[in-house]
Amino acid sequence: MNSHVSTNNTQLIKKRSPKFGHLLSEYGILLALTALVIVITILSPNFLTTSNMLNLFKQVSINAILAIGMTFVVLTKGIDLSVGSILAFSGIVTASLVTGNDTNLFLGIAAGLGTGLVLGLVNGLVVAKWKVAPFIVTLGVMSIARGLTYIYSNGRPISGLSNSFLVIGTGGFLGIPISVWIVLIVFGFCSVLLYRTKLGRHIYAVGGNENAAKTSGLNVDRTLMSVYCISGLLAGLAGVLLTSRVSSGLPQAGMSYELDAIAAVVIGGTSLAGGRGRLWGTLVGALIIGVLNNGLDLLAVSSYWQQVVKGTIIIIAVLVDRKRV
Amino acid sequence: MYDQQLLVEMKGISKVFNGVKALRNVSLKIRKGTVHALMGENGAGKSTAMKILSGIHKPTEGSILVEGKEIFLDNPKMALDNGIAMIHQELSPIFEMTVAENIFLGREPIYPKIHLVNYPKMYKDTKKMFENLGLSIDPKQRMKELSVSEIQMVEIVKAVSYDSKVIIMDEPTSSLADKEVEQLFSIINRLKKEGKGIIYISHKMDEIFQIADDITIFRDGEYISTNLAKTLDHDSLIKQMVGRELTDIFPERSKSVKDQIALSVEGITAKGYFQNVSFQLREGEILGLTGLMGAGRTEIAKAIFGMIPLESGTIKLKNKEVKIKGPKDAIKHGIAFVTEDRKEEGLVLPMSVKQNITISSLHKFTSGPMMKRDLETQVVDDMIKKLKIKTYSRNQLVETLSGGNQQKIVLAKWLLTDPKVLILDEPTRGIDIGAKTEIYKLMDQLTKEGYSIIMISSEMPEVLGMSDRIIVLSEGKVTGTLRPKEATQEKILSLATANKMGV
Repeated sequence: MNSHVSTNNTQLIKKRSPKFGHLLSEYGILLALTALVIVITILSPNFLTTSNMLNLFKQVSINAILAIGMTFVVLTKGIDLSVGSILAFSGIVTASLVTGNDTNLFLGIAAGLGTGLVLGLVNGLVVAKWKVAPFIVTLGVMSIARGLTYIYSNGRPISGLSNSFLVIGTGGFLGIPISVWIVLIVFGFCSVLLYRTKLGRHIYAVGGNENAAKTSGLNVDRTLMSVYCISGLLAGLAGVLLTSRVSSGLPQAGMSYELDAIAAVVIGGTSLAGGRGRLWGTLVGALIIGVLNNGLDLLAVSSYWQQVVKGTIIIIAVLVDRKRV
Repeated sequence: MYDQQLLVEMKGISKVFNGVKALRNVSLKIRKGTVHALMGENGAGKSTAMKILSGIHKPTEGSILVEGKEIFLDNPKMALDNGIAMIHQELSPIFEMTVAENIFLGREPIYPKIHLVNYPKMYKDTKKMFENLGLSIDPKQRMKELSVSEIQMVEIVKAVSYDSKVIIMDEPTSSLADKEVEQLFSIINRLKKEGKGIIYISHKMDEIFQIADDITIFRDGEYISTNLAKTLDHDSLIKQMVGRELTDIFPERSKSVKDQIALSVEGITAKGYFQNVSFQLREGEILGLTGLMGAGRTEIAKAIFGMIPLESGTIKLKNKEVKIKGPKDAIKHGIAFVTEDRKEEGLVLPMSVKQNITISSLHKFTSGPMMKRDLETQVVDDMIKKLKIKTYSRNQLVETLSGGNQQKIVLAKWLLTDPKVLILDEPTRGIDIGAKTEIYKLMDQLTKEGYSIIMISSEMPEVLGMSDRIIVLSEGKVTGTLRPKEATQEKILSLATANKMGV
């Protein structure tokens, strides 16, 4: 039919501006975020105010931390469905250790992080050593961690947390919320890990072609375990942070948070097929979801419709991503 | 008016992939009731041309005519509707389904009105088709229960069942035993009598001369010529395929072989793959390892590299016994393995040239946990220069490079692990002649630098042109060792089939 015509067209476009398409596909999500911000700013004067922005960043921080961890896992062609439950368990463990005002803050936080790390290690061990599909393993751990949360807390929230602990989730530094600082530190640290260390290279290699990685002498099992540990540890951190922000440990916290984290990763341009992706994209992805939630709230769109909008955007993001590859 | 005898014609077909011309100005005429062989080396463009004819790729230029009418193929289904069916080299049946279900996939007969599959009709029709071709396969068997040759026959029956005028067979005998090849040929002859056209891709000369009526030759993506089979002989065919004398392709082997032994294997056995294999590799030597498919060549390499466990026997490096439990161990002992399938086992396609080259030697580029990026860049650039890798940037993704350049990247990766012994499995598969020559020169240069090479190859000219010694395997056993001077294709072939003949 018109196969010849279309081929000619693509050649023409290529000749005129060989880099434009590349730039668009590489930085398109930044454009999307900017457009979203502009539209919402026009529709609602309350959006681009300092107080709303600080509030938005605080809201985004939990998902951003989870999504950064999720990026590592997705880069290896995996998925981690357990982060929401790990968040809850870590949160409740920390909460139980920081009640009253005479507590060891450090111990409480370390216990929360450790809980996340251990559950991540369980995910990693089963995925790497026993070759069970990540979807199944983390689905199992999702249920296990949620169950343990209810057992540990008898299904009741833990409140009366020490005031010094609450500073993490509510305090600020240089006018910026501490939780935002934490996201920036995590992002910086993880960027270095992913782009400047051997482990980072191995993660991309294992996700890009596990066979070639093995033949090249890489320790595939250790690489896989590392990414689930990172994801678990960050889920633990998110749990500590959320507990501090809502000033109590809630056993039902983090329900379906894994889905928002996966959405941020995918919108950010990381391929579920593994081996392709970027960390800053995930951060922008988390911001897009956050801006959307916040903006639609301001515009008084019902939360029912918000879900419809969010789902649509995820699907569009994947369609765009497929073109990129 | 068109020639009544012409079933399909390709006219001036060209194909460009990512700015690279894969196919230039190809013309092909398939006559009624004939077998038309396509010959050419790997990467010559045969498969690309056939993918265009079967609707998988769209041509950049040119036209396709079926019985004189120009047609446009957007997908394989349109090719089938126009009477063109292709049987791929790697068969991909749905193993869990029955033979009949596979044949009628996508066009199952149904009961009208209730729209349920009419299984009795499906099985009856399948049975009839098999009987017409003199085959005795049960339509109700599951595909996974069939032998490779039976699966092949099912694919042929399926292709015929589309009422095809032209059937493309891509290396149909590559996994068939001699008796099964005879059966295939008798079916092809039957199809010829029915007036079908068969396009037959194969590397096996004797088969071609036995079955083909017309022979079209491709070289480096270009159409070379079409001749009646009876007007060609073995030598003239090879000359046209290769396009130059063999001496231009292979560099003169330097006298680099030393007396010291780099690697020796003694009586190694891995059940189901090979038994009691022994050989020695000298320093600076290129040792050719050849044999038919399934002779155990690749498996021996994998065993040396620790990917297949040994049941007995020893591997010695410089006369010292070593235990190799996996690729990591092998690399530590100075063994490198350029695998047969670079896309599956050699490269990480979505990663850059630089990242692929250093992936096995990252420890050299780290201080503490951090990468030393300047050093890495410098070493990579040196490698790109040394191996003459054509890339516009060290950050280019390897998936966008040609086969020859990809192969050089795999080589570069291994050279950075400081190996003593390089195992190259089909080192020039799927790359063009020019790049082949470069790889050969590189191999020669490496042996001068003191590397020792085991070259596994099924391409006779390569085995004869590059090896210092040739070891021939058959059914997992060494059947002979030859010097290239005393070796001929015939000698190698008779050794390669030694066990099969019951010698």
